[in-house]
Amino acid sequence: MDNESSKKKSEDVCPGKKGKLELAEVREKLTEARGPRYWRTLDELAQTPEFEEMLHREFPRHASEWTDDNSRRNFLKIMGASMALAGLSACTKMPLQPIVPYVRQPQDITLGKPLFFATAMPLGAYAIPLLVESHEGRPTKIEGNPQHPATLGGTDVFSQASILTMFDPDRSQNPTYLGEVSSWGSFQDAIRPQLAAQKSSGGAGLRFLSGTTSSPSIAAQMADIKKNYPNSKWYQWEPLGRDNVYAGAQMAFGQPVETQYNFSNAKVVLSLDGDFLSSGFPGFHLYARQFAGRRRPELREEMLRFYMAESVPTNTAAKADHRLPMKASQVENFARAVATQLGIAGAGGSLSGEQQKVAAAAVKDLLANRGKALVVVGDCQPPAVHALAHAMNQALGAVGQTVSYTDPVEVNTASKVDQLKELAGEMYAGKVEMLVMIGVNPVYDAPADIDFYDAMQKVALRIHHGLFQDETAQYCHWHVNATHFLEHWGDARSFDGTISLIQPLIAPLYGGHSEHELLAVFNGLLVNGKIDFTDYGVVQGYWKSQYKGTDFEGWWRKGLHDGFVAGTALPVKTVSAKGSIPPAQPQNASGMEVFFRRDPSIYDGRFANNGWLQEMVKPMTQICWDNPVLISVNTGKKLGLKAEDLVELNVNGRKVKGAIWLQPGQPDDSATVFLGYGRTKAGRVGDGQGFSGYKIRTSQSQWFTDGLKIKNTGEHYGLAAPEGHQAMEGRAIVREATLEEFMKDPGFAHEMVEAPPPGLTLYEPYTYNEYKWGMTIDLNSCIGCKTCTVACQSENNIAVVGKMQVKRGRIMNWLRVDNYHEGDPENPKTYFQPVPCQQCENAPCEVVCPVGATNHSSEGLNDMVYNRCVGTRYCSNNCPYKVRRFNFLLFSDWDTPQLKFTRNPDVTVRSRGVMEKCSYCIQRITHGRIRAEEENRKVRDGEILTACQQACPADAIVFGDLNDPTSRVAKLKATQRNYGLLEDLNTRPRTTYLAAVRNPNPELES
Amino acid sequence: METSPESNATPVLERLLPDQPAVLGPGHTMGTVTDKITAIVLRRPMTLGWLGGFVIAFTMLNMLVLAVGYLFFKGVGIWGINIPVGWGFAIINFVWWVGIGHAGTLISAILLLLKQNWRNSINRFAEAMTLFAVACAGMFPLIHTGRPWLAYWLFPYPSSMGVWPQFRSPLVWDVFAVSTYATISALFWFIGLIPDLATFRDQAKNPWTKRIYGLLSMGWRGSARHWKRYESAYLLLAGLATPLVLSVHTVVSFDFAIAIVPGWHTTIFPPYFVAGAIYSGFAMVLVLAIPIRKFYGVEDMITLRHLDNSAKVMLATGLIVAYGYSMEAFFAYYSGNFWERFMFLNRATGPMSWAYVLLILFNILIPQLLWFRKVRMSPPMLFMVSVVVLVGMWLERFVIVVVSLTRDFLPSSWGTYTATRWDYMTFLGTLGLFFTAMLLFVRVMPSITIFEMRTMLPESKVQEEVAAHD
Repeated sequence: MDNESSKKKSEDVCPGKKGKLELAEVREKLTEARGPRYWRTLDELAQTPEFEEMLHREFPRHASEWTDDNSRRNFLKIMGASMALAGLSACTKMPLQPIVPYVRQPQDITLGKPLFFATAMPLGAYAIPLLVESHEGRPTKIEGNPQHPATLGGTDVFSQASILTMFDPDRSQNPTYLGEVSSWGSFQDAIRPQLAAQKSSGGAGLRFLSGTTSSPSIAAQMADIKKNYPNSKWYQWEPLGRDNVYAGAQMAFGQPVETQYNFSNAKVVLSLDGDFLSSGFPGFHLYARQFAGRRRPELREEMLRFYMAESVPTNTAAKADHRLPMKASQVENFARAVATQLGIAGAGGSLSGEQQKVAAAAVKDLLANRGKALVVVGDCQPPAVHALAHAMNQALGAVGQTVSYTDPVEVNTASKVDQLKELAGEMYAGKVEMLVMIGVNPVYDAPADIDFYDAMQKVALRIHHGLFQDETAQYCHWHVNATHFLEHWGDARSFDGTISLIQPLIAPLYGGHSEHELLAVFNGLLVNGKIDFTDYGVVQGYWKSQYKGTDFEGWWRKGLHDGFVAGTALPVKTVSAKGSIPPAQPQNASGMEVFFRRDPSIYDGRFANNGWLQEMVKPMTQICWDNPVLISVNTGKKLGLKAEDLVELNVNGRKVKGAIWLQPGQPDDSATVFLGYGRTKAGRVGDGQGFSGYKIRTSQSQWFTDGLKIKNTGEHYGLAAPEGHQAMEGRAIVREATLEEFMKDPGFAHEMVEAPPPGLTLYEPYTYNEYKWGMTIDLNSCIGCKTCTVACQSENNIAVVGKMQVKRGRIMNWLRVDNYHEGDPENPKTYFQPVPCQQCENAPCEVVCPVGATNHSSEGLNDMVYNRCVGTRYCSNNCPYKVRRFNFLLFSDWDTPQLKFTRNPDVTVRSRGVMEKCSYCIQRITHGRIRAEEENRKVRDGEILTACQQACPADAIVFGDLNDPTSRVAKLKATQRNYGLLEDLNTRPRTTYLAAVRNPNPELES
Repeated sequence: METSPESNATPVLERLLPDQPAVLGPGHTMGTVTDKITAIVLRRPMTLGWLGGFVIAFTMLNMLVLAVGYLFFKGVGIWGINIPVGWGFAIINFVWWVGIGHAGTLISAILLLLKQNWRNSINRFAEAMTLFAVACAGMFPLIHTGRPWLAYWLFPYPSSMGVWPQFRSPLVWDVFAVSTYATISALFWFIGLIPDLATFRDQAKNPWTKRIYGLLSMGWRGSARHWKRYESAYLLLAGLATPLVLSVHTVVSFDFAIAIVPGWHTTIFPPYFVAGAIYSGFAMVLVLAIPIRKFYGVEDMITLRHLDNSAKVMLATGLIVAYGYSMEAFFAYYSGNFWERFMFLNRATGPMSWAYVLLILFNILIPQLLWFRKVRMSPPMLFMVSVVVLVGMWLERFVIVVVSLTRDFLPSSWGTYTATRWDYMTFLGTLGLFFTAMLLFVRVMPSITIFEMRTMLPESKVQEEVAAHD
């Protein structure tokens, strides 16, 4: 909205105000001013008669002070402060614009009925395609985009939680100069002369540093900048960059390629530290879906078998039939030995003992399944392992079957750490005069041997563009507040190369400016003085220029509607092996190793201020709010350490303090450090949680290195660890069999515990004439990624309680994913079990509630009536599944205005003293039922998806009507793997589980 | 007592064994009994000892006000409860206090009906104890709710919304049980007081005191008609209160027995809870009686005989409780039920086994001392044992409520429980409320029934006195 026209309009609407000074105008005049100039402006302004008139009008109570000399100073102070604060909170009074109520509702908007828009979330270089639920113009819930070929509707924890980041009250809300509130206009004014100077030298001192991107329009903008400033440079830094992947491809094929797996065709998979079932792995969504599809025991002999060698327990390896824990540095040797056994010359490597046994069996299996075999590698492994995997996949005939190659999705695949080093070198050399950092935080996350803060001091003008006033922003001259991906236009490629269009769901909440707009300043400023092109213009303009057809408008609209442009997946590329495998480097086998990993919940630290992610109980460790140092039980014994001991990690003289956690399945002599914690300027949520692994991570060894020394400080550091046990204690909780056992006895799940026959209850049985809802959760498909828990939190307005309350056992998750280990603590089997409310037919909670606040509904649900609950907690005590959650204190934030927007308007925000629990997303059921009734039909199977079900990348959760024998859920319940948890208690749970089946190699089963 | 001539005809004293202490010390006449008891309230000056006790108790009471005030302000999250341990100190204290109340009702109602006249000297303050204990107990179901301002929804009142409590819930049964109990106890106590209040009215010198006691004695003149009505009312109430001794704690035990939590879901709970209640109640009677008889010099009215009898009741109920514990253990083994077995092993050997060990020690082993007459005859020893039993019975509820909840069916949801300072403050605060009320009671009310004590005088003494008056 441009100011000229709005002012004109305001005069039209309020003619009496003509010639008068408006408070908003005073503010406007003042926002352009800073420091001494600010006061001068206020003073100048104060001389005018209009000001005095305004004063009497706007502040009648204080106006008299103005004429009194004594209190005038005082008044000025208050005025100044209030105006400055108004700027700080970004609640600048909007220009007076006539508003018109809905007399007739606009088309497409029915109050109370959400709309869905397709967009995408960029994470690293990759787009995660999404559908966003919007209520009256505000996004409230992230869903997967089921049409998108790269996900098929699955999501992950990061995208689910992104709504909260968008509304984060700690987000940066204004551009700042030297920490003082400024404006976008002032920023442009300020850098104009600087840019002019750069223009004359061809941008010799102009450097850009951004995260990795796959956005074609950003690439085009950067190319334009390069044209305008030929000597400028664009560097990219990503703490979790995929340098090894591209270096490995370079090694194998002489060019960087994107490797894409196809688990749908796979029968035997060997993963070398590749956690393809963990949120954050490119292609995770599709892989999880494909993997689950190939793991159905009903496939019998065709069921996929999965071997994994890995250096830290992940939820991926928990799904493996054979898991080999080994130090990260040993994976290469393992890969070499496997490669040698597969007949790849010059690979080297030798194994012994258990590793050799598993490797030999795996090799046999792989070879027996040529064309259906697949070797997957993790990003943390060195290039040689990637090269070996490429060689192995070629040797196994996997290329074209289970593996394909395309051009890289990233715009720039050069090593990110090398680029950062080069930039630092240039800064030290004084070559950089103007540094523009876009969405990066190198002061926090640069390798410890690159002192980015120090290097930055040599730069005359430092500009930071980001969502937060973070560690880097505080040392920059200018900070420009960025827009969240839900607030701007853009584009990005998903891992298969498909173009996903990003469209905003809401106008920038804090008036931020997108990356496109920032770059447009550099391109446009000198051209026409004042830019007027927006990210919309830039993105659409780019695609217009690319579009070859005749109906751009139709193409564009379809792209926005679908969220992607069909058929833009990168074409499969035929590559041929070049060169040989480099010889193995001698490894220092002894000594402690430190292994850096992406954090399962806050990624590289960028989501540190997201309460939902912080409070997400992490897969495997079941810890939240912290990043403990994982060591094995044996190593703990050896070093005399126990859980929650505060230790000092010393890697070649670089030190950091962290808390120990003894993790079953962790390889011996290795300590895993999750990155992303120890933030100091993340915001109220993220500050001071955990410790920063970046302090001991160097550019030479980004992922692992030996020479770690651990010193016990003797202090105790409490972790928000689960109090519960991760052992089943001999109870038939997760039921599992091997494929062989399953084929012999498909009903194995029922032999463990028997449910009493129906009818054993004092109370009348319920009848269900309409619907009878039910759910199955396939424990075989569940990969324990926890996406469902975050989706549930977002859908159902579940409060975040904080670390202290979690430690007290008051976490509010309605849906939790239990984690059980079984067997040898060195290498246990791990099981996941998502536990929502079981919606029991004979619900123990219902009979004990003294006020009838929890009732059986006519559709079989166990409904919770918050208004009626007085909070005796008896229902929770009597719930054998312990799925009920109590508001012990006022956990919901009732005050922060931004957080109110994040909430689902269909779900009550619970207050203190009330019990709550999973409702099977009753608001969704109701929406579905109403829609069906309007159309005079029954709800169709699959029409209503619960939030957890929609979010699940593995399609493990199925919900539907049990009265309809043809529904998916009814059919699943009729299968023999179906069993109820604790069914011997005669609770008759409505949520049932499909027993898990593993497919171990019979040769390895002793 | 005029209406029970046979009790006068065969005074209990004469049935004594040679070395058994008397129920009433020798040398008492009608006048001395009345004088001695009324003197405590009307003529004895406030002592430093009483004042000191009152200051301590009142401070603790204020702590309760503070703790409950903060609780209402912040919510039950200030306590140590969590998921899975949804009930903590509040419910433990509730059960403990209700249990303590039971001894008073047993003494005043059941022993009255069984014509155990020795009860006459202890029933008054035992009833007061019941009343104050029930007051302490009744507070907890209210304040332990998440939204105490709505706790009245547990009562079946005709709501304009047409909603009623959920009658299948034992908590609703509790509401009836406890409110009935509180009402009957208060009535029973007050009606019993009326003749004595009239005596106070007659004895009081201060006109204001006279007026207040006059108001409270409701025009009692001691006429034969008064006595007749009094006796039938008292007997009726005793009859009403008698089943309550059994039913209240039975209903309280249903809070647990109805639930499916291993360690709660047990059919033996009702008798074992009632026995436990009387056990702890008599312990509290002794804890109160021993200092009262000492400080107010009424050792000749509350004699060693009373202590002996109370100790025997404790021993008997303690053995029933011990039987309950052993049956729990036996059925954990004999039922073959996995959950029961695990529950027992967890209690006895789990992370909170300290509570179970102390419980066995305090409730079973130490009270075995009561087999010895020497112990029963020694007020200090008896006092110690009683305190131990009170602590033990509190621990019993801790083990049942908390330890059972920490580990139930799914190991993933197991938890622990640590009480916070607010939990302790609330518990100590109710002790403050109880002792404040007790201390005020002994200062303003006859803590021993005057007229009933007079009935215990030997017939010859009465004749003698009548003759002397003539």
